[in-house]
Amino acid sequence: MAAITTQALVKEYPGGVRGVDGVDVTIADGEFFALLGPSGCGKTTLLRSIAGLETITEGTLIIGDRDVTRLEPGQRGVAMVFQDYALFPHMDVADNIAYPLKIRREPRGARRAVAKEVGDGLSLTGLLERRPGQLSGGQQQRVALARAVATRPEVLLLDEPLSNLDARLRLEARTFLKELQRELGVTTVFVTHDQAEALALADRIAVMREGKLQQVGTPREVFATPATTFVAGFIGSTPMNLLPARVEGGRVRLGEASVPVPRDAEGIVADGAEVVWGARPEYLGWSTEPGAEGIEAEVTVVENLGASVLVTTHAGEHRLQLVLDEDDEPAPGARGWVTARAHRTLLFDAASGRRIAPESAEDDGGTVAGEGRPVEAGA
Amino acid sequence: MTAEPAEQVLAGGGPGRRPRRARRGAAEDVAGLGFLGAGAFVAPALALIGLFLVFPALWTIYLGMTDYRLTGLQAVDPTFVGLDNYERILGDPSFWRSLRLTLVFVLLSGIVGQSLLGFAIAWALRRLSGWLKGIVETLVLAAWVIPASVSSFLWIALLDRRGGTLNALLGTEGTAWLIEHPMPSIIIFNIWVGTAFSMLLFSSALAAVPPSQLESARMAGAGGWAQLRDVVIPNIRGHILTNTLLITLWTFNTFTPYLVTAGGPNGASEILAVYIYNTAIPGGQLGVGAAISLIMLLINLVIALGYLRVGRARAARPAEATAVETAGGGETA
Repeated sequence: MAAITTQALVKEYPGGVRGVDGVDVTIADGEFFALLGPSGCGKTTLLRSIAGLETITEGTLIIGDRDVTRLEPGQRGVAMVFQDYALFPHMDVADNIAYPLKIRREPRGARRAVAKEVGDGLSLTGLLERRPGQLSGGQQQRVALARAVATRPEVLLLDEPLSNLDARLRLEARTFLKELQRELGVTTVFVTHDQAEALALADRIAVMREGKLQQVGTPREVFATPATTFVAGFIGSTPMNLLPARVEGGRVRLGEASVPVPRDAEGIVADGAEVVWGARPEYLGWSTEPGAEGIEAEVTVVENLGASVLVTTHAGEHRLQLVLDEDDEPAPGARGWVTARAHRTLLFDAASGRRIAPESAEDDGGTVAGEGRPVEAGA
Repeated sequence: MTAEPAEQVLAGGGPGRRPRRARRGAAEDVAGLGFLGAGAFVAPALALIGLFLVFPALWTIYLGMTDYRLTGLQAVDPTFVGLDNYERILGDPSFWRSLRLTLVFVLLSGIVGQSLLGFAIAWALRRLSGWLKGIVETLVLAAWVIPASVSSFLWIALLDRRGGTLNALLGTEGTAWLIEHPMPSIIIFNIWVGTAFSMLLFSSALAAVPPSQLESARMAGAGGWAQLRDVVIPNIRGHILTNTLLITLWTFNTFTPYLVTAGGPNGASEILAVYIYNTAIPGGQLGVGAAISLIMLLINLVIALGYLRVGRARAARPAEATAVETAGGGETA
């Protein structure tokens, strides 16, 4: 078991494109860590750099207490499960699982024994003689996992572990993965573009964009206190409402309406500052009684989410979405007031997109990396 | 066909299933031509095949049982001699020597030389990119594209005793390579001519090996050799088989070495195709030549059938695997 530390890690492709651009992150021993971001953000490149499948251009990578920056993939104590599982179609399940042991020249008997033991642990009993082509998607994934953990690696890397499974199986596999990780206690890094998957699985999440870290924090931190408007817009099954606003007389002015200054920004934000006001749809309320804290709006669309509804409203030129309980469902065309609670709203600097909050609060939110951070200037 | 989609979904609907269904449909008269109409469309092709393939083959069988000669009395009026020609051939040590030389030639220049070298070049080029890859590919292809008469002349110029390029390079003036080492000469010549095909075939085969499987092996600590053994070769086994079949047949039948050594000196490089030519044309014994041709055809058939058998045994396994895979996928969904 080992912690992973990257120091100013850069992966530059021929032609000057930087897949990973000065990433500093420490992943604790035994942590379940997610790399999250839209496609092309560098999350897979970072994972492959840790694996050793991409040569690191600059910076250092430390696993445990070893500098592994220049080591071959097989010497890093790292195992990886690929998105397509990459099982060897011509070997049976047992040979697939024990393949790393074959490379280490362990005798065949010992290999079969390990394959059986690991396979039993991953509910592959009775499938050891089959070929990968004869297994279902979920079984194939478990074989790939078994092959990865058969050698007791210090670090387990998972590339989009759930994306090749169908929707129903995905939920099952998610729980299974989390259980397995707890059981093995192995430091695990996984890549995903699905924020819900990252929130559900990870102990901590690193949100990436254009090769840089946007924010590193626990799911709760990333969800409740996103460091930038990008993170705010990316996390959450319904993206955060982000409205351009201005601070006037101790209140946040949104077109015609005004709302109180969010608690985090109180006393920090200057009067007259151009800001972005952010509020999660889940944290907004709807009232048909006029109230001082409300934003007057008209309901335009109501979408059913099962036990709740996603309501789209328009307040002047601004669009606001809110998630309401099914009992409070308003009719399209209804007029009312969108209510926000001061401790559940956020302010971002309009120019940099960074959240306006006291320094200590930022520390709570984990490492924050964004534009203008000294490390990137040096990288 | 209308009832089938539902059945396909139940059966798993794998992409491999569709053609099988379609083939059954094609057996019916979809175009509405009728037997005669359809026959009329196929007839020209069948006539050409009959005229240029089937008839000469049958004619060769007939000639092989006559004492037909290029000149003299038998050229005008050949007589039927039954299996005399075959008896003579099988009792002739020069035939057995030629067959032995041919097997050595096929093994060394075809299977070992062209296949292995072609694979090695394809494997090396895989990592290479840009202009260097282009240059190597062009050079290898050039050897294949150059007409046989030109390339054999180039090799004669290279290996010539007096003023040959190789002698000049090695400082071995006066070594008659084609006379002292006729078999190695034509073996290397044939490798040079034919490697491009194997290289191209293996290049495309290697491109189809899933990179994630190679990377998986690398993660497990596999070096280049282990990756080759455990990932690459199992993935391209079908290509290896096809390539070996084609190379074997082509090398077995090739006549080009005649242009370099003419089978000499004194039959030392007389592979089967050259032996037939030397018997039939300069030797004038067309009947005997036809008989050897038939023997050669039979050997070809045996080789091809052998490969096909291996191929079929191999193909049977993946098909069975996909069938179970689709069924397994349905069960968990």
